[in-house]
Amino acid sequence: MLDKLKEIEKTALESLTAITDQAALDAWRAANVGRSSPLMLVFAELGKLSKEERPIVGAAANRVKVALESALEARAKAIKDAALAKSLEEESLDVTLPGRTVNVGRLHPSTQQLRRVLDILADMGFQVYTSREVETDEMNFQLLNFPPNHPARDMQDTFFVEAGERGDNPILLRTHTSPGQIHAMHEYVAMNPDNPPPIRIALPGMCFRYEQITARSESQFNQVEGLVVGENITFADLKGTLTDFARRMFGQHARTRFRASYFPFTEPSAEMDVECFLCGGKGCGVCKNSGWLEILGCGMVHPVVLQNGGYDPKRYSGYAWGMGPERQLMVRYRIDDIRYFWGNDLRFLGQF
Amino acid sequence: MKLPISWLKDYIDLDGLSIEDIARKLTLAGLEVDEIKYAGLPMPDTSAIGMHSSERHEFRTSGIGWDRDKIVVAEIREVKPHPNADRLTLLDLFDGKQNQTVLTGAPNIFHLKGTGKLPKPLKVAYAKEGSTIYDGHADGLVLTTLKRAKIRGVDSYSMTCSEKELGISEEHEGIIILDEDAPVGMPLVDYMGDAVLDISILPNMARNANVIGVARELAALTGRELKKPVIEYKTEGESVEKLVSIAITEPELNPRFVVGLIRDVEIKPSSYKIQRRLRLAGIRPISNIVDATNYAMLDQGEPLHAFDYDVLKKRAGRKNVKIITRAAQDGEKLTTLDGDERTLTSANVLVCDEKGPLSIAGVMGGVESEVTDKTKNILLEGAAWNFINIRKTAKQHNLPSEASFRFSRGVHPSLAETGVKRGLQFMAEWSGGKIAPGLVDAYPLQPKDSIVHVTTQDVKRLLGIDLTVEKISELLTHLEFKCEPTKDGLRVTAPSHRLDIGEDVVGLADVLEEVARSYGYENIPETRMADSLPPQLGNPVHEWEEHVRDILVSLGFQEIVSHRMTSPERESRVAQYDEYVVLTNAIAPERRVMRRSLLASALESVEKNARAESISLFEIGPIFEPVKNDLPNEPRKLVLVMTGLRQALAWDVKDSLNVDFYDMKGRIVLLLGGLRYTDIVYVPADSVPYLHPGKSAEIKISDKVIGVFGELHPLVKDKYEVGDAPVLAAEFDLDVLRSVSPAYGIKPIADVPPVLEDIAVILDESVPASKVEALIRQTGGRVLTNVKLFDVYRGEQIGAGKKSLAYGLTYQSDKTMTDAEAAAIRKKIVKRLEHEVGAKLRS
Repeated sequence: MLDKLKEIEKTALESLTAITDQAALDAWRAANVGRSSPLMLVFAELGKLSKEERPIVGAAANRVKVALESALEARAKAIKDAALAKSLEEESLDVTLPGRTVNVGRLHPSTQQLRRVLDILADMGFQVYTSREVETDEMNFQLLNFPPNHPARDMQDTFFVEAGERGDNPILLRTHTSPGQIHAMHEYVAMNPDNPPPIRIALPGMCFRYEQITARSESQFNQVEGLVVGENITFADLKGTLTDFARRMFGQHARTRFRASYFPFTEPSAEMDVECFLCGGKGCGVCKNSGWLEILGCGMVHPVVLQNGGYDPKRYSGYAWGMGPERQLMVRYRIDDIRYFWGNDLRFLGQF
Repeated sequence: MKLPISWLKDYIDLDGLSIEDIARKLTLAGLEVDEIKYAGLPMPDTSAIGMHSSERHEFRTSGIGWDRDKIVVAEIREVKPHPNADRLTLLDLFDGKQNQTVLTGAPNIFHLKGTGKLPKPLKVAYAKEGSTIYDGHADGLVLTTLKRAKIRGVDSYSMTCSEKELGISEEHEGIIILDEDAPVGMPLVDYMGDAVLDISILPNMARNANVIGVARELAALTGRELKKPVIEYKTEGESVEKLVSIAITEPELNPRFVVGLIRDVEIKPSSYKIQRRLRLAGIRPISNIVDATNYAMLDQGEPLHAFDYDVLKKRAGRKNVKIITRAAQDGEKLTTLDGDERTLTSANVLVCDEKGPLSIAGVMGGVESEVTDKTKNILLEGAAWNFINIRKTAKQHNLPSEASFRFSRGVHPSLAETGVKRGLQFMAEWSGGKIAPGLVDAYPLQPKDSIVHVTTQDVKRLLGIDLTVEKISELLTHLEFKCEPTKDGLRVTAPSHRLDIGEDVVGLADVLEEVARSYGYENIPETRMADSLPPQLGNPVHEWEEHVRDILVSLGFQEIVSHRMTSPERESRVAQYDEYVVLTNAIAPERRVMRRSLLASALESVEKNARAESISLFEIGPIFEPVKNDLPNEPRKLVLVMTGLRQALAWDVKDSLNVDFYDMKGRIVLLLGGLRYTDIVYVPADSVPYLHPGKSAEIKISDKVIGVFGELHPLVKDKYEVGDAPVLAAEFDLDVLRSVSPAYGIKPIADVPPVLEDIAVILDESVPASKVEALIRQTGGRVLTNVKLFDVYRGEQIGAGKKSLAYGLTYQSDKTMTDAEAAAIRKKIVKRLEHEVGAKLRS
């Protein structure tokens, strides 16, 4: 009996080595460890053996069963591994073929830039204030300290609207978002006429200047202005706020400088330059070799403007600034044709 | 304004400051230097760019520096003929060290050819072999280095230079003849090396559109002394007051008019030094007298006008000259210096005598009384004019000039007298003329002195810096403000050249600006605001629109921004509007009105991108609805357009359907769902003229029409050059949509599994799907949580005029539902559909 078991084990293991696929393996399993296999017959016949023989043969048969099953398992794993190795080898893709795309939507680059600006300003406590695009001369100029025929009006060539005879107060397309400063001040004063509350707002929106449409000039453009009014607002605060803004906008190490300038609605007035982030201030084509980029105009709100807004300039002070998101984009992305912005060409818009 | 550094140095010591230092100081103080043009002085080493940031090239730079050793003052001793060329001459020249033979074709010394040794040698700018100058014959500015060559058999290795060759001006008609006192052998850069600052003058800085003004600013910025010129001269003959009188009819337009008289002038060219400075400043030298008016203007800032006194005398019939200033009569004519006959209007102011107009005040002189070669006696005018009037007149006649540039920005009346005296002084020095005693000075409207009180507290409150009274006084005194201490600060009087200092709070801001500028903006600290925070109001409209944008982007729409200006013709391709907001000064006919329709410009964008295989665009913004003689309404709109393939083609995607009505509707459903609107109703809309009558719908929420959408009408689509695919469009009225309240509840998520069932019914074509779904939902009640149409079938099987709609029904109850319960509801639904819309269950 023991010899028979040895023979069973030997024959089974020998036949197993020749097996290389799952079907043959299943057949081998049936033939060698299946219900009617020679090994199982040995188990069935154990009862016929003597009391002495039975445990010895039983143990031997069990050993053979374990040996065959583990050999089977090992063989099964080897076959699976071989199959996997083969498939890994055969199933390689051309990874350089294009991937599948989906139609993605995008915001217009100006909206993206406006959001960057407004998000930073929101962190700094500035709330968005919006107002109309067609304005009166009074709101766009006079209340902002541009009297009729003032030479400063030369700085802002204006589109006028047909609206009958209105004397010194024609209707026009706003040349800047500054009329919103007056609207906002009036609204805030109305909240508490005796003690008007402080103001910190950002004014985004489309503005218009009488310009031909060329690579360098456009008849419409976005502007974002900031306005602060309060009882303790200084020129040093203006410098601090705008330098903080520049660091958020252009990088933590952005350096700024303030140059004296002129705007009718601010005094003192300044231009803020940021050290050119393209060349690090060494001078390049974008900054015209100056190392500085003109980013925004700013200044302390002119006392006449405060007064026109309903804030007593003896008690209140404030500052304001204005900048152009398209100009910032042109510098950042080296866009040399301003017409791309309203051209709505998907080949341009798709790059943002 | 172009400002030669050499001229500036007449009035301030600039030793130790580089030209870039000077330009930087001026720029930071608001006198922005656009460009530095070198005309001799050494240029900054451009090779250092990028090496050290401290040495960076800060300004746009042009021009050349003159090599000290190679470009020198020399003298021509004789002009000899060239042996082989008639048009060339050979100069016998001494460069301070040795004699040279120099070949030239200069026409301005040609007449001396063969006249033998010159009685008085001519001083010239001499460039030796190896020096780098501009090529005088090239177009534009091309650098060249002088090399030895043979020209018609004569050795040439050096040259006498023209202004173009040395980078002074465009002048190349002849060589420079220097003034007689030029020291032979001196490096030319030491004799007349220069650099020109091109400064933009801001509208409030007109007072600095002159050399003294800039020198004064630099004195304040550097703490150095301003060395004002002494304006004194000898006079002789009969006093001008006895010969000339002035009548000002409108002092508001002409607050002051001053004249002086100089006799027996000799008209000739100015000295080379003066000519060179004028050219560097961008003014063409004419003659010593005209040059004196221009030079004095650039020096002091007061535009002057010289009349030929004898012409005036003759016009006056040998009687005393009477100058009258007055508004022109409409249609009055005057021929100006440029030879044009100008037709004037009552908006223009004239300087006249009793016979008629002599010049357009402050803008341009008349030709009759102008200074000519034969002029002997000169009446010199300096006046003050209303800047708004001058600005209008210069614009009206398209006559921008150095004078109108200054007068249209405001020139203080006090300068009229200073200017005339300075002009007379130069005329006397340069022409040998004799100045008549006195001036005739009509000054009917004196400006008030501006007096402002400034305290240290004001400086602290508005600038945020602590300055002592003494420091404030020092800063202002440099700019010639008069400062007197008071109990709590300073009483500040504006200097007599300034018109820009107001009174009270305005004057305070004006003066504080000057304190800040002279203190230096760079020295003011950066602080964070300590003021109390404002009320938080937010901007719900803006925030909501940004949310709409985000949803649309997530749905695959590209945002566009179009021009607001268009024309009725452009918009009429899709819609007709009777009324527009019309521009009076449009830049082009196709941009003469403000848009009424976002769809019109969106369709233009589709047209522009017609080659793209798939287009989904949106725009949000106002349209402009005119209101008679008043501000227009600016309602906010949203437009969506889609066309092209539903799926992007690729190497393994060969075909795709075009987007259609239901692609657009699906996105609208997602948009409105994202905005949390419920109970949205889509009503067939057959009255939107630009949409296909059978493929368009109105969108209603709570009975408000918030928008329309559909396929573009075939006739409208034909007007656009777009592909064959249908174009889908949707327009929303955002103001109405925003006024509808959204729903904020959510549906709970059930713990037990749902029961799913399908049901298909056959109906007449005319029964809308929305009605069938509504009936199913009503009948199913609360437990029927979802109804989804998954098939629409038409065909022979079910007969003509019929359609089959197949729905997937989801039942969801709090506890597990039995099949029997579901079957009961289903039976009710079928019965209801049979009864209400004649449906038959499809088996």
